[in-house]
Amino acid sequence: MTRMTRRHFLRDVGLTGGAATIPWLPAWAQPVSAGIVAPLPTVSGPDIALRVAHRMMMIDGKPSHAIGINGTTPAPLIRLRQGQTARLSVTNDLDEETSIHWHGLLVPFQMDGVPGISFPGIAARSTFTYEFPVMQAGTYWYHSHSGLQEQMGHYGPIVIDPAGVDPIASDREHVVVLSDHSPMHPHRIFQKLKQQGGYFNYQKQTLAGLVSGKDQPLADRLMWGGMRMDPTDVSDVTGSTYTYLVNGHGPGDNWTALFQPRERVRLRIVNASAMTTFNVRIPGLKLTIVQADGLNVRPVAVDEFQIAVAETYDVIVEPDARAYSLVAEAWDRSGMARATLAPSAGMVAPVPALRKRPLATMKDMGMGGMGDMSGMGHDMPATSAPCPPEHAAMGHCKPAAASGDMPGMSHDGATMSHSMRDFANASELPRTPTVQTVSPMPMDRTGEPPQGLADIGQEAGYKVLVYRDLVALDRNPDLRAPSRQMRIHLTGNMERYMWAFDGVKLNEVKAPIPFRQGERVRVTLVNDTMMAHPIHLHGHFFELVTGHGDHAPRKHTINVAPGGTATFDLTADAVGDWAFHCHMLYHMHAGMMQVVTVRPAGETGAEA
Amino acid sequence: MIRAAWALTAMMTAGAVFVADPAAAQMHDMHGMHMPGMAMPATPVAKKPAAKTPARPRSHAIRKVSRAPSAAAAATKRASSPEQPAMQESHAAMPGMAMPGMAMPGMAPGMTMPSAAACPPGHAAMGHCTPSQAPGPAEAAPVGTDQPAGNAPPPAPPTTLAAARFYDPATMAAANRAMRDEHGGMRFSQILFNLAEVQVRDGRDGYRWDGEGWFGGDIHRLVVKSEGEGDFGRSIESAEVQALYAKAIDPYWNLQAGVRQDLGSGAERTYAVVGVEGLAPYWFDVEGSVFLSNRGDVLARAEAWYDQRITQRLVLQPRVELNLAAQDVPASRIGAGLSSTELGLRLRYEVAREFAPYVGLSYMHANTATARYSRARRERSVDADTGGLAVAVGIRGWF
Repeated sequence: MTRMTRRHFLRDVGLTGGAATIPWLPAWAQPVSAGIVAPLPTVSGPDIALRVAHRMMMIDGKPSHAIGINGTTPAPLIRLRQGQTARLSVTNDLDEETSIHWHGLLVPFQMDGVPGISFPGIAARSTFTYEFPVMQAGTYWYHSHSGLQEQMGHYGPIVIDPAGVDPIASDREHVVVLSDHSPMHPHRIFQKLKQQGGYFNYQKQTLAGLVSGKDQPLADRLMWGGMRMDPTDVSDVTGSTYTYLVNGHGPGDNWTALFQPRERVRLRIVNASAMTTFNVRIPGLKLTIVQADGLNVRPVAVDEFQIAVAETYDVIVEPDARAYSLVAEAWDRSGMARATLAPSAGMVAPVPALRKRPLATMKDMGMGGMGDMSGMGHDMPATSAPCPPEHAAMGHCKPAAASGDMPGMSHDGATMSHSMRDFANASELPRTPTVQTVSPMPMDRTGEPPQGLADIGQEAGYKVLVYRDLVALDRNPDLRAPSRQMRIHLTGNMERYMWAFDGVKLNEVKAPIPFRQGERVRVTLVNDTMMAHPIHLHGHFFELVTGHGDHAPRKHTINVAPGGTATFDLTADAVGDWAFHCHMLYHMHAGMMQVVTVRPAGETGAEA
Repeated sequence: MIRAAWALTAMMTAGAVFVADPAAAQMHDMHGMHMPGMAMPATPVAKKPAAKTPARPRSHAIRKVSRAPSAAAAATKRASSPEQPAMQESHAAMPGMAMPGMAMPGMAPGMTMPSAAACPPGHAAMGHCTPSQAPGPAEAAPVGTDQPAGNAPPPAPPTTLAAARFYDPATMAAANRAMRDEHGGMRFSQILFNLAEVQVRDGRDGYRWDGEGWFGGDIHRLVVKSEGEGDFGRSIESAEVQALYAKAIDPYWNLQAGVRQDLGSGAERTYAVVGVEGLAPYWFDVEGSVFLSNRGDVLARAEAWYDQRITQRLVLQPRVELNLAAQDVPASRIGAGLSSTELGLRLRYEVAREFAPYVGLSYMHANTATARYSRARRERSVDADTGGLAVAVGIRGWF
């Protein structure tokens, strides 16, 4: 879909360095551009100095204000070796406080870099030195945890080489940092979201669309309207203000990664966006996923995968002697990040057009068990034939007798609107304006293609990664059964742009989420909203409960599908206070954050 | 109904704990299965034994390993219902299951998925394919994340900041407060004019505005509203300003209370105001207010409008406003009953969300009493003062 807007027009006219710039096409669709072959600047060694400062960056030929580190955006690649001690002195040249959080790294909590939780922050014009042992290997990233600086470019990749031989063999590797950048100041973006719901959404359903038979038929529109739900509300901040970047370069810049034909190329893909989940593909190449969130997984070959905000995936590709386009399409299809893989600079491959934007479904409203039951059988591990008790308890499946009729769940609009906020389905939630909806029948959706990829995944032979495909390469370190379980609701109000855990914004929270040191707890995240939330826990990996026993994939961030649930087992082994939040930057800023405490069993109560 | 459904589900679930256990066990057994077999396309060397990575080499992590069984297992024992003996056994079964060899790492370089050749047990366990026959002994216990969780109680939440042990406690406490306030406690403001227009009609051209501004957080806000109209060449005919406290009482609705002051050429009355404002089902913006004047007069007003998006930027807004009065108020030129009705249809183009020029039609109708009071002032025909049709040209804007 090509939208001709004034903004795009102006941006595209300003494009430089492309012989055949076509003004009416958005930057990502420009047919030819020489490409920028620029490896990320890298810092490494036992002592690393980082300087945070304002700077101007060029995106598709246009200057844009940004925050950078050591003069670059994204910040330099930090390359470490497992087993070393890292000493990173961060100098703040901004006029406001800053911080760096080492996303996914297992560090002592006081080095985790969250102002107000792990440390006081790095005051303007001062230096703070982080020091921690490097426990792990893999692909990670770092970013500011102060204000909304992350949106302005305060992020960079981390690669940690394993102490021994890397089980993932490759001839060459590239780091691919995906992000979203806006000329609008992040505080203004947030203000607009508060002032008008759907401010950035220029893909709403329209009367013109109805007349021409697009999108939902009238009956569906009325039903959704009756519930005051907008099925086009997929992404809060869209391509109407964002340019999507690869390693800081716009689609027109066409960042290019070089390779020799037949090489095994490892792409370390980081989603450092503030608000954008991407669908990543390289037309013509299979992507073999070998690592997720920094930890190795059994190789799984896919054609496309979705990378939520803050996740990382390492993939292996084996390209032939030609150019390929790496396409990272914003999940609401309002734009794309684009790069090129080529044997030599200047080569380009066709860039596919944006696909049709997805519409939210009844399942996305938490009516998981309704209507489309066919999908379920597919999702369940084949072995769980009947319905294992704990799955049933979580609403993953229904014991046989309950199937068939769904009392109280008629498809009638009026009944539906009632059941969209029935606190009988979550009696622990406060009945406040913060809770707009409560999923009536949330179900585990980790076996389904992520939002917007369900249809694409049905094409014959086209494989889209689902969470259940991930299996840890190494056996999990803690095989104990969880001693207790808990549910955490992801709640929100899209009209007022309020987001919270369990219906309570962080500014109103009275007590943290407590864990005993060493205990193993099963946590089920219940998404009571119509948006996916990439939930990130600091200082820990957790094992996804997706039917893989002692080889559960271990992650630091899990994207909980709209109206769905996701369950993980957590070994609370890192003493301290940790941030726990949605990694959609403005969701976190709006209150979708909590503090997780891990304390020795003796001192869980009050203590001076 | 729904409640009943859930209760039913809960009962089923409880029942299923018994029923499905063997099945679960079987599933996990399959996990165990693939380990020894490990028919992975062997690449040169298993470069990195899988068993190497397990426990995080943190000091407390190590401590955890030694102490965990006691604490957690005790908790488990307390919590686990008799239905789940398998859980304890699974621990016992664990050691036997450690597959140190695990050719898995070797497989990594091989990469290409061992294409559906047959259906390696490992994959079957993942649900990727179905093995031709159910393999192996069916009685092994579930492992790892396949085990059911217990029901131990959570610990009490601590009341201290862990970071206060490493940084100045006062600084840390201040940073903690600031951090909390920053995540959800911000205040914002907006000034929005839904109507700001020139009205071209048969008699005399006029102008009209209707807007509001707010300041505050998500729940508590100060709201200032203003609306009014007049004819060019005369003093403002009617104008009012309201200052209200607004509280969000539900996901969509705000309760508002405060004062209204009338300005303009009519009586400068002051009113107490109570109202609601919000978003009704089907996306109707609705406002309703009741006014009690300092003379004891009771008035009411209801407004509603709907934004029909024709394209992404072209929006048609039908709007209705009803003014009611419990009594005649001659000084304010208001007749009892449905004193005036206004119907509008405005088509705007959103150059930006904040800036949308529009054209439209506005039809105004005053009841007889209202028209009579109005005529007395304006020295016009009754017809003109019962209202009529006007072409409206204006700008909808906010910032």
